[in-house]
Amino acid sequence: MREKDTGYILRDAAGRLDLPTRRAFLRSAAGLGTLSMLSGCDVIDGFSAERVLGGMSDFNDRVQAWLFNPRQLAPEYPASAITRPFPFNSFYTPNSPDLAPVIDPVGFVLNVTGKAERKADWTLPQLYALPRFTQITRHICIEGWSAIGKWTGVRFSDFLARIGADTRAKYVTFRCDDNYVTSIDMPTALHPQTQLCFWFDDQILPRAYGFPMKLRIPTKLGFKNPKHIGEIEIGDDYTGGYWETYGYNWFSGL
Amino acid sequence: MIRLKRAAGIARPAPIHPLLVRIAHWINAIAMVVMVMSGWAIHNAHPIAPFLFPESVTLGGGLIGALQWHFAAMWVLGINGLIYLVYGFASGRFARKLRPISLRSAFDDTLAALRGRLGHEDLSRYNGVQRLLYAGVIALGVLVVASGMAIWKPVQFPLLRILFGDFDNARIVHFTAMTGIFLFTLIHVAMALLVPKSLRAMIRGY
Repeated sequence: MREKDTGYILRDAAGRLDLPTRRAFLRSAAGLGTLSMLSGCDVIDGFSAERVLGGMSDFNDRVQAWLFNPRQLAPEYPASAITRPFPFNSFYTPNSPDLAPVIDPVGFVLNVTGKAERKADWTLPQLYALPRFTQITRHICIEGWSAIGKWTGVRFSDFLARIGADTRAKYVTFRCDDNYVTSIDMPTALHPQTQLCFWFDDQILPRAYGFPMKLRIPTKLGFKNPKHIGEIEIGDDYTGGYWETYGYNWFSGL
Repeated sequence: MIRLKRAAGIARPAPIHPLLVRIAHWINAIAMVVMVMSGWAIHNAHPIAPFLFPESVTLGGGLIGALQWHFAAMWVLGINGLIYLVYGFASGRFARKLRPISLRSAFDDTLAALRGRLGHEDLSRYNGVQRLLYAGVIALGVLVVASGMAIWKPVQFPLLRILFGDFDNARIVHFTAMTGIFLFTLIHVAMALLVPKSLRAMIRGY
């Protein structure tokens, strides 16, 4: 619980900073988070254990990138397997949908930044007009639970093609209107099941599940599926993410 | 004394457990402790058993640290276990020491042990209970790693995912295999302490 409290304070502080400062802030907070997590252990010296475990997590990023098969699909399920109600989960505490951001669909725009040819903002009607597909896949949380949901939206690789994204770039970063941040590798961004979705279970994506849009990645753990996305950045600089700052493995592939 | 014996041409007794087996045993012991204690902390984040493991017996201080320990120690456990398995099969050690496996002889030897009539004169020969439990815990070790891989990479390893009946069931198999290994360890440690020369043999070889 203590980690979560610290996280809330850090997020709160980071949210008030402009983006470059905020990124640097979150990066430097990495040490703090992993250190406080290890303080529960009396036997092993916090600093050296932290370094070794951090190094192993980086190694595991590389192993997972190597293991990732761009043609290997996550299993799809019949409609009868859908979990209802689908669990709500947030990075902020308390874990309540009442704290989810309220976003005005009329004024909303999605920003595109970084290595893309067409960086014009996207309005919701423009996004809703994109070609769509539906997937029923299993969302697996790093905590160990899983739930099957139905998501509809545009194939993310199609969206990247429309904005003229440089697909040789290393990372795609998502900055969200609840101040959540995460980033993914380009091969996963181009995976056929990676989807920018606007509908959930045949309805407009509800506020609790990420209105107006969520990135659905059935080949990664749940916390790599950001909600309330407000900005998509293509780039070569590692940007990490909110939970990654506290020590969750960055790649977190399934 | 040892030097005198060597000078006289009297060799040290042949090791009951070759050096490779002893090293693998102790690396495995440490890796298992780390895996189980961090695994208990991971379990607590979303329990499947109707209880939580006390924080005092978990490693990592919470889910984030526990996951880091688990995904670091898994390499030690996996690579060490693989070397041990390849050696055990290739050298014929498993075939020589773990066969025959029969419930009957395990039962008879358990009764004999309870009556205080089970001899431990020759540590190089396993009794019926040992053969059954050692073979069983090796199988559980394979199961715990395979189900763990199904949990870690249910998309990239579809055969393992299907074999264990999807993600949620793989977690149950993983937990059950851990429980089996844990119960084995309780018996194993108690027996090693009751017959200290068996512990000595796993350290210095004879």
